[in-house]
Amino acid sequence: MTTRSLSAPFRCALLLLGVASAAVLHAQDNVLTGTNTGADRVRIAAADFKAGSPDAAGLKRVFDTVLFSDLGNAGVFDLVSKSLQPQVQPGSPAELKLADWSGGATNASFVAFGSYGVSGGRSTVNGYVFDTHNPQYPQVLGKQYVDAADENGARTVAHKFADEIILRLGGGLPGIAESKIFYVHAAGGTKEIWAMDYDGANPHAVTHLGTISLSPRVSPDNSRVAFSSLGNDGWQIRVFSLLLNRMVTSPSGGGTNLSPAWSASGQLAYSSSRSGDPEIYVADGNGNGARRVTTSRGPDVSPTWNPKTNSQIAWVSGRTGLPQLYVMDADGAGIQRMTDGGYATSVSWSPNGQFLAFAWNRKYGPGAPGGQDIYVMDVASKRWVQLTNGVGRCDFPSWSPDGRHIAYAVGSGARAEIWTMLADGTGKHRLLGSGNDMPNWSFR
Amino acid sequence: MTIVLRTRTLLTLTTATTLLLAGCHKKASAPPPYTAPSIAAAAAPTATITASPEAIDMGSSVVLTWRTSGATSVNIDGIGPVNLSGTQNVTPSNSTNFHLTATGDGGTAEASVRVTVRVPVAPTSGTSSNLGDTGTDAAFHAAVQDVFFDYDSSDLRPDATTNANNAAAYLNAHTGIKVLIGGYCDERGSAEYNLALGETRAGAAKTALVNAGVSASRIRVVSYGKEKQFCTEQDESCYQQNRRAQFLIDK
Repeated sequence: MTTRSLSAPFRCALLLLGVASAAVLHAQDNVLTGTNTGADRVRIAAADFKAGSPDAAGLKRVFDTVLFSDLGNAGVFDLVSKSLQPQVQPGSPAELKLADWSGGATNASFVAFGSYGVSGGRSTVNGYVFDTHNPQYPQVLGKQYVDAADENGARTVAHKFADEIILRLGGGLPGIAESKIFYVHAAGGTKEIWAMDYDGANPHAVTHLGTISLSPRVSPDNSRVAFSSLGNDGWQIRVFSLLLNRMVTSPSGGGTNLSPAWSASGQLAYSSSRSGDPEIYVADGNGNGARRVTTSRGPDVSPTWNPKTNSQIAWVSGRTGLPQLYVMDADGAGIQRMTDGGYATSVSWSPNGQFLAFAWNRKYGPGAPGGQDIYVMDVASKRWVQLTNGVGRCDFPSWSPDGRHIAYAVGSGARAEIWTMLADGTGKHRLLGSGNDMPNWSFR
Repeated sequence: MTIVLRTRTLLTLTTATTLLLAGCHKKASAPPPYTAPSIAAAAAPTATITASPEAIDMGSSVVLTWRTSGATSVNIDGIGPVNLSGTQNVTPSNSTNFHLTATGDGGTAEASVRVTVRVPVAPTSGTSSNLGDTGTDAAFHAAVQDVFFDYDSSDLRPDATTNANNAAAYLNAHTGIKVLIGGYCDERGSAEYNLALGETRAGAAKTALVNAGVSASRIRVVSYGKEKQFCTEQDESCYQQNRRAQFLIDK
């Protein structure tokens, strides 16, 4: 209905949108995000791997823990608790007795097992997944991985094996265990860009600029991080190359430049006040050829591309007062307002193009009840569902590459923490404690 | 397409919606709107007002010209009842909105025009030696006060306009000073959006200085959003402290 109205005069389109929004924008609990479709979850057991040598035991424990955590985080498995598993460590298919795993309290449909060996500074991991209900041809997966014999190598191998299992048994979507999250780390009056594994492990600094850097966005090929940084020439979009491990030059525009966003094809959208008022601009991946796509008075900021089509941008605008969510074509045409009131910011577009995640304070104002929480909206119907409640001010949701997870910040300023949850609001857990803000999940 | 749209909409939306939509698409299929009997109908008044010039130096006069039709009485705020159409010389001492209200049998019509008054260089001894004068930090901070904003607003309040005009007077008297305007927000709301809002606030203060005669090339604007707070208490007095455009000497 709203699509048809776009051909009507603009004034009327706005009016119609306002009315139509009011008619359909009621809380819905049937927004299907892919993790709450009611399909039975596959019950899988992750056996402790068999150490190939005594010196492998320490790394093997890291591997076991990470693999178990990855399969649990995935949100698509009914993972058998370790306490319900048989006290055996089958290292090879010959040592596996399917009956140990298929019956009793374990009752697993699939079992992941294998061996972890260390020799010559390398870890060699043989990983298998067997179908317990198919004794004749039980093998679903059998892979060998080799990586450095250190904790990081053990983690990497566990992530790779978990992603392989998730790809095979989780509906065909690649897992996210090898993805990264970039974020802002505040310490000593400065804010630098940091990165970590998707599960909160291995946090490390990316930039050392000694100033305030915000809004990190990693490029689709994981080669660069764009962010906004306060320098002598005000806020500029700056780019760090993860391949060269240094800053790379990017054109400096006048005014305040904020909130870069990569399209899946490598274009950059951002907010710039070079014309006097913060507006959305689109440039190529090096920041060249910038062109303005919004023209309305009031702050326009926080663009995000539809990663499925690369042809639409959602963003936040204060053109009517309090900030609201809008969607437009990448050339600035076809503007639709998405939220019907309150204070809506920090929008992130889901990888399948279907949903917007955003921070919303629906009753904004001094003394108003409620707070700022994470919401997900179905773009086509404008139906939305609230994912957080009562945990403090939530902000900066960012979709995982598989669209099943959302990382977000809880609290603000120096108190901000980074959390993650499944896209239906379950499985919330903290990844990083205070001083960490603005998470951005990599494209893959 | 319009017909399809309306048919579908009628099925789903409320009566109020239908009325709004009908107002949108005045096509033959819509029922004719109810009109009052034309016997006593009086045309609604119309009104226009212009000022020439729209920007003056303090002490100069400006010619207001207004025309109305269908009105029985015309009033201009700050001047009082005036002829139905006419001209008048006025000498506003600061920037003023002249708001005209025309009342007639058919209703009222309003029009307004804004006259911008450039604040003159403050008279000081030895005017010529003031060219390039950079003053002192203490004098700057005494004469140039920060401007504060309402909640989630980047519009200058009356007290903020006064502060901006005073700042402009000082800057016009000390042309060697370059000024850095910092835009700040309170800690509520989202950091990214607040940076854009702070930019808009600093931009509003810059516009006020430029309108008061300060060259735009002397002004630099930086938004700090809620990245650098003046205080961190979570109460309204602290929030108000943080919702500001701050003037600093840009060294």
